[in-house]
Amino acid sequence: MRWLWRCVVLIAGVAGWQLWASAAGSAFFPPLSAIVTRMHRMWFSGPAAHLFLTPDATANIAPSLGRVLAGLAIATVIGLPLGIVLGRSPVVTSYLNPLLQFARALPVVTLAPVFIVLFKIGTQMEVATIAFGTVWPILLNTIDGAASVDPVHLETARAFRLSAWQRLAWVIVPAALPKAFTGFRLSLSLSLILMVFAELVGSSSGIGYEMSNAANAFDMRFLWSTIVLLGILGYLLNALLGGAERLLLAWHSDKGRD
Amino acid sequence: MLEVTDLSKTYGRGATAHVAIGQLSLNVASGELVSIVGPSGCGKSTLLRCVAGLIEPTAGHVVLRGTPVQRVPDGLAVVFQDYGRSLYPWLTVRDNVALPLRRGAYGRASRRKAADASLAAVGLPGVGDKYPRQLSGGMQQRVAIARALAADPVLLLMDEPFGSVDAQTREDLEDLVLRVSRERDITILLVTHDIDESVYVGDRVIVLTAGPGRVRADLPVRLPHPRDQITTKELPEFVRLRTEVSRLVRSRDEATPPEESGTRAATGP
Amino acid sequence: MGSWLRGTTGIAVFLLLAEAAGRLGIISRSALPLTSAVLARVVLLAGNARFLADFGATVEAWAAGMAITVAAGVPLGVLLGSLPGVRDATRAIVEFLRPIPSVALILLVSLLLGPGLRMSVTLIVYGAIWPVLYNTIAGIDGVDPLAKETNLAFGFSRLATIRMVSVPSAAPFIATGIRLASAVAIILDIAAGYITGPINGPGIGAFIAQESTGAGDLTVILAATVWAGILGLALDLLLMAAQRRLLRWHHARLGEAE
Repeated sequence: MRWLWRCVVLIAGVAGWQLWASAAGSAFFPPLSAIVTRMHRMWFSGPAAHLFLTPDATANIAPSLGRVLAGLAIATVIGLPLGIVLGRSPVVTSYLNPLLQFARALPVVTLAPVFIVLFKIGTQMEVATIAFGTVWPILLNTIDGAASVDPVHLETARAFRLSAWQRLAWVIVPAALPKAFTGFRLSLSLSLILMVFAELVGSSSGIGYEMSNAANAFDMRFLWSTIVLLGILGYLLNALLGGAERLLLAWHSDKGRD
Repeated sequence: MLEVTDLSKTYGRGATAHVAIGQLSLNVASGELVSIVGPSGCGKSTLLRCVAGLIEPTAGHVVLRGTPVQRVPDGLAVVFQDYGRSLYPWLTVRDNVALPLRRGAYGRASRRKAADASLAAVGLPGVGDKYPRQLSGGMQQRVAIARALAADPVLLLMDEPFGSVDAQTREDLEDLVLRVSRERDITILLVTHDIDESVYVGDRVIVLTAGPGRVRADLPVRLPHPRDQITTKELPEFVRLRTEVSRLVRSRDEATPPEESGTRAATGP
Repeated sequence: MGSWLRGTTGIAVFLLLAEAAGRLGIISRSALPLTSAVLARVVLLAGNARFLADFGATVEAWAAGMAITVAAGVPLGVLLGSLPGVRDATRAIVEFLRPIPSVALILLVSLLLGPGLRMSVTLIVYGAIWPVLYNTIAGIDGVDPLAKETNLAFGFSRLATIRMVSVPSAAPFIATGIRLASAVAIILDIAAGYITGPINGPGIGAFIAQESTGAGDLTVILAATVWAGILGLALDLLLMAAQRRLLRWHHARLGEAE
């Protein structure tokens, strides 16, 4: 049922945009056909051997994605284990709580200017911004997940004399995983926001950089192209995450509730 | 096999202290199936957890097969009431049952075999690949029993195991416990609030007083085996025993008349 | 009370360690300023007229944006959530538009509308309305049908039922959505201010942008970042307090269950 609605909405949206934009003729809102044509020309008209990607695409889209993944990887490697350790040590966490709350409430984009001054513009600054900004949802949600492991689960593990490592691997981590995934979903959206922002202000390559150029040149079709591309990338990454979640959390009773 | 001497457990301190069990003593011989029954708050679950080594008593000691119990001892298995929270939802039924085997030096294949054998023994031959939430409540509790039996324990502790299932399923599970007790070289301690159940399955019924829990009565159950849900419960001896247990559980009277406390004489009624 | 003490101790220890790291040269002083210097600057900024004007402007934009978002988003969400056919369609629309990172539209909107408060507020509304819409629709959708049927059986109209049953039931969800929207609103305002700079008028983002020109004084930038965090925390606590007040019945019920 949902699939049907998605197709209907997509078609209606595309058709509606096309009709309205062509009729209105505003430079600010080019017709979708013009945008798609531009996207194809800019990024997807390359040789088949390169997955149809043009050199422009490989020079910009690939680095952007790479930095997002690098930043998220760093955030996960730090956030997941630390989250589990802290989640199982409520005393330590109570000491760190105000700091964590402050870090959570800090608007993530404010990190970028700091890192620009520290690292100058470039990849290092961007990855640092993404990593620093996306670690918090993962960390805090994993702490929550690890702290709320069902005590009966743990008592059962003790009754069957599982070692501490076995308890960690077989009980604590799986029990914490659903909440950790919620954090990861938030971090994914954050990572795209930070990627665009960091590239708008401090990069010489990437989707955000291209967007900045487009705005400076008042090239509306190009500007819209980058926006649409970001939307598509965001949608695809979220779908990938959803797939991973369905795979790893197939046992979770709340899954499938939409 | 199991000796509990002057066991006491107090929760909290000072004014808010709650004495769950106070100077409780009992002995269980190898191969027996002992039911433990009592009013709410008599410390049945606390007693079980002390025997299992899951909590430390405030005073007294528990000795299992000649060795004092300090942590969870070898050769012990527990079945909890809340199977929904005691089975791990992220593991298949087979992996759940095989969990206690991970402690030993079992290889993967032998773990599988042992788990499947255990599942077959409780009457669930084909569900190894399913997840717990795909099974009914009664089946989940059978899985919990299969898990408890997988490592061939010498002492099985059951904490109100059938409190969360419907009456029909409860009867089937009671018969399963009886079968396990007959077929294996195993000692079972079953805590229950169901008086009929305590008499139906047990070789002995131990009645605890209201909190702080102490042994109020220790009644041998001289009913024939194999037991049957219908015919055994019609026997006059069953009726007499369950009435007696019921009276002991309900009466709040601490001071029991001398001829009713302690073990009955071997010559019977 | 014990947790307050521990939390404060945690903050104190963290600040002391950071200061020690700076003074002992573990963190190079040319890279990061001393903690004490940053803290001193945080206090000084509170008396800085220019910063106060910027701070106030961000709060103003947040307030205006949130007011419009809630006034438009909640009723719209209630409406869309109550009409079954429309609900599925709009869920699909939301799924397509949500992944577009709101920061991606900063340049577009700034070109469209030109600098000024109008641009900030428009951006904020666009970015903040999604969590509010999504949570409101989901909240209304998740209302127990039995509760609604009971109300209808007493003779109340569909509209009255929405008011008496659906909205209060969905209120906790909606409140969470509003808090999420608030965080997005602050991020957008600061991000837009930083990108467009002071021409767009005062704001914390503009302030940081100005301080970043040239070599960039990290002490001031970090101090401004701390203030941004304080703002985020304060607004979040404010909304939480309001939520607890208005939804006393909901919070009381949860507490009893524990």
